[in-house]
Amino acid sequence: MTGWWDTTWLIAKRDLLVEWRSRIALNQVFPFAGIVMVMFGFAIDDTRLMKQIAPGLIVLATMFSLLILVQRSFAVESEDGALDALRTAGVSSSALFWGKSIAMAIQLAALEALLILLAILLYGSTIRPSGVLLLIATWLVASWGLATVGTLYGGLAAGARGRETLLPLLLLPVVAPVLIGATRAVEAALGARGSVADGWPWMGLVAVFAAVFCAGGTLAVGTLIDE
Amino acid sequence: MGTDAGPAEDRPSSTVVELDGAVAVIGRFPALAGVTLRVDRGDIVWLRGPNGAGKTTLLRLCAGLVPLTRGTGTVLGCDLRTERDRLRPMVGVLGHANGLYLDLTVAENVGFWGATVGASREEIASVLDRLGLAQRLAPLPVRRLSAGQQRRTAIACLIARRAELWLLDEPHAGLDAAGRDDIDSILRQAVASGATVMVASHEFDRAAPLATKALDVVGGIIRPPVTS
Repeated sequence: MTGWWDTTWLIAKRDLLVEWRSRIALNQVFPFAGIVMVMFGFAIDDTRLMKQIAPGLIVLATMFSLLILVQRSFAVESEDGALDALRTAGVSSSALFWGKSIAMAIQLAALEALLILLAILLYGSTIRPSGVLLLIATWLVASWGLATVGTLYGGLAAGARGRETLLPLLLLPVVAPVLIGATRAVEAALGARGSVADGWPWMGLVAVFAAVFCAGGTLAVGTLIDE
Repeated sequence: MGTDAGPAEDRPSSTVVELDGAVAVIGRFPALAGVTLRVDRGDIVWLRGPNGAGKTTLLRLCAGLVPLTRGTGTVLGCDLRTERDRLRPMVGVLGHANGLYLDLTVAENVGFWGATVGASREEIASVLDRLGLAQRLAPLPVRRLSAGQQRRTAIACLIARRAELWLLDEPHAGLDAAGRDDIDSILRQAVASGATVMVASHEFDRAAPLATKALDVVGGIIRPPVTS
């Protein structure tokens, strides 16, 4: 057997390699998120208002994209029965959870970077110099939090009938704290609302959320996949 | 999911699978209704019987993928009630699906599954070579292979994973004559290298000459074994 970290990294690398080969994230998920941003722009059609709500749209577009990424992450395992093979390969469930979460967090982080760029280009958002650190911290913590909850609920829905429709029903209400916390923090970093100092407690809320789901997922995902 | 596998020396005797009155329930349906069975190291056991008789569930029970509801069972020295995590890394399951990542190449798939048990690059290369996958097929995505080539890749993954007990469900399905010959030859080689094989198959012509023991699975139980 290989060590825990080696296995975790092996799973993460494998997930990223599968994505790189299939180009699903690059050719479908990223453009989807971009289209969401553009469509919101058309619907709102008010420069001042768009600038104000851009942080919320970034987080919302990320969440919609998360649903596709999670479905994809577990479809890869079930497409040819690889999940059973993983269960019999002695891969620890926590390594599987962390590996898949790391791969998803990397994809989400890249996606959010693209969405922030789009908000700057399309909505005229600006980043406060004093808010750069807050923006980076929120960006990383929100990516990790969404990735862990996505992996946990993806594992839960993986064996269920109608998982494509079940996943959004389960996942979206649970990620509400990230929607609220990350939106407030990004608003502060972009100067859309309040001061930068007002954003840090919200970033803290997202960090607590990420820690809770990281711990919960580490402990629970094995049982979920086994059931 | 698995944890650490115990050392092979800890496992007693030549008995690989021993079930006594094993019951496995899928949903509310008792797919196995009291199976008593013994398989020794080096056996190739052919499970035959109609669809829905419980062959696949029996293989999954032996892999530690289905819980033992009643009765007793040990596989490779692991108790099926308490040591399923320890058992799983020692078995290889090949069901109707191949357990491959279709967007990855043959070499990447075998490399991945080998890496889960710490196989070296040399070992992976040797497995690919042994199964005739090293040259033309190695860089191809699995999605582009024929059914037979995909099956061969899946078996290469089992070898790379160093599985001691091979649990195969209809391994010949969908293959042409050459592919079927390949599978038979690989299974004989695996047994010669110390593995034990259990095969569920409807194909009398293929399974009968291969098997050292044939078992009839009917209605979730096993009729007394017939030595071929």
